[in-house]
Amino acid sequence: MRTGHTVPTLTPAMIAIWVAFATVPLWIEKVGLYQYLGVEILIFATYALAYNLVLGHSGLPSFGHGAFFGLGAYGFGLAQLNLVPDLWFCLGAAVVVASAGGAIVAAFISHRRGIYYSLLTIAFGQVFWFIAIKSHAITGGEDGLLKIARLPVRLGVATFDLTHNISLFYFVLAVFVAVSLLLWRLVHSPFGRILKAIKQNETRARFVGYDVWRYKAAVLVLSAGLSGLAGGLFAMAQSSAFPDVMSLHYSGYIVMMTLVGGGLVTFWGPVLGAIVFLLARDVIGAFTTGWMLWFGLLFVALVIYKPEGLGGMFLRPARRKPAGAK
Amino acid sequence: MALFEAHELHLRFGDRVVLEDISLSFEAGRLSGIMGPNGAGKTTCFNVLTGRYRPDRGRVLFDGADITGRSPQAIARMGIARSFQLMNLFDEFTAFENVAIALPQTRRRGADAVGQAYGDAALVAEAHDILGTVGLGQRADQIAKSLPYGERRALEIAVALACRPKLLFLDEPTAGLGSDGRARLADLVRRLKGQVTLVVIEHDMEFLFSLADDISVIHWGQVIAQGSPAELRTNPWVKNSNLGKLA
Ligand SMILES: Nc1ncnc2c1ncn2[C@@H]1O[C@H](COP(=O)(O)OP(=O)(O)OP(=O)(O)O)[C@@H](O)[C@H]1O
Ligand SMILES: [Mg+2]
Repeated sequence: MRTGHTVPTLTPAMIAIWVAFATVPLWIEKVGLYQYLGVEILIFATYALAYNLVLGHSGLPSFGHGAFFGLGAYGFGLAQLNLVPDLWFCLGAAVVVASAGGAIVAAFISHRRGIYYSLLTIAFGQVFWFIAIKSHAITGGEDGLLKIARLPVRLGVATFDLTHNISLFYFVLAVFVAVSLLLWRLVHSPFGRILKAIKQNETRARFVGYDVWRYKAAVLVLSAGLSGLAGGLFAMAQSSAFPDVMSLHYSGYIVMMTLVGGGLVTFWGPVLGAIVFLLARDVIGAFTTGWMLWFGLLFVALVIYKPEGLGGMFLRPARRKPAGAK
Repeated sequence: MALFEAHELHLRFGDRVVLEDISLSFEAGRLSGIMGPNGAGKTTCFNVLTGRYRPDRGRVLFDGADITGRSPQAIARMGIARSFQLMNLFDEFTAFENVAIALPQTRRRGADAVGQAYGDAALVAEAHDILGTVGLGQRADQIAKSLPYGERRALEIAVALACRPKLLFLDEPTAGLGSDGRARLADLVRRLKGQVTLVVIEHDMEFLFSLADDISVIHWGQVIAQGSPAELRTNPWVKNSNLGKLA
């Protein structure tokens, strides 16, 4: 925090990123890629930003976040198939279901820290994944929940159809803009700064009067809810919901995206990480089925040599030591 | 009735008795000193008084309320703050933010997730004011981790002051400081005296005997002597320790 102590709501970097994304449908096919990849990148960028609220901004090593993404996907699909096929209602259901999942987990783990916190998030992630596979009657089990429609955007005066990937892309971009703006405000709010204080020194935070576990619970619920929103968009994008996104595997992907991108040092790192991850999957994946090996090696190299991630190298870090600091 | 009273506190870690029948009372507006050899149980006593450990037996009263076994955060919110013997700061924050985060105004806005954390001019002024009090007025924008040792000690106290306490526990504020640093800290504690009720653990007897209104000596987890500095000068334990050389 520099002198002046306030942070602008809109920053040049933020607007540049939004505008850059907005141009993607214009050129993505010209470079040999495809429109749906843009949709996927934006969904995972939203998910990674939501995840980093917990990992980077609060220092809570959750390794079971896939559960919340998956709960959002099922929440969206089930609300649409069984309740009301309205886009806003179903996205709301995705957020509510995932937040409820987050609240259950938070109730059990918010008094923990470090490795115990991690282990419990993994355990809960596995429980949700297992339930999704076994509840065949509700979720379709491993066959998945199929025939989820891309519902139209109803705005009162006008209605937009999302069946085409380009229109879906712009809708997801709108959600991404809203989520990134919200999270940007959050990390600079009293709530966000208190989380950062707890991340650095939980003990001292308690001794200056903070109910640490409440903050840890609140941020997990929030992050789960926004991850669920991304999950709802994903269910809509692929017109189905499967348990695999809830697996430990997929929970690991989001950790990798966030760390590779530099989520520990820059706000936008997770976005960069999602782009690099999905591009690596498609570009390296075109040459070898073992793309994950190469990405895994990149991940290991970064963790060892550049723990601040790609974002720490290419994006301007959120805060540098001021001049004169040793 | 004193502002703060501890009655017959007992605490053991495993089979090791660390506090044995400790009773202390601290009067409002005064500076009470606590001294004793290494490992005597002074820090552990603070930890019980400020909620870090629950005593096995005994009671802690503040302002007439029984606060035994309450959480550190609940005790902090009642107006009891502490500094730590080993530095306990928000290392990645600037000196300013270390103080600002501990202010009650920030805490009261803890559920605000969209507003500016430090947009309020009064809050910013108050944080700078506290930094000025401890002599860190020029260091506001420096990252805590990068401050020299003596200034980190001062910041340690600033964070505690930011809680706006009625009662302030300082655990060896001069630990590790040279004579310059000690003099500066003694000066700070002298200025705080009267503004806030102080309880100070110190090994530096010159420091303690010149500032304290009353002193308790803790040894083997027990209070072995209690009284005004003048009374304690004749105490055998105190005489045998290095104070004899001072007096
Ligand atoms: N959490 C703990 N678990 C077990 N033993 C402990 C714990 N904390 C302190 N002790 C022991 O209790 C005794 C008192 O320690 P304490 O830190 O209170 O001493 P002190 O009077 O503050 O000493 P110093 O002057 O060195 O700071 C020591 O023997 C210490 O080893
Ligand atoms: Mg001690």
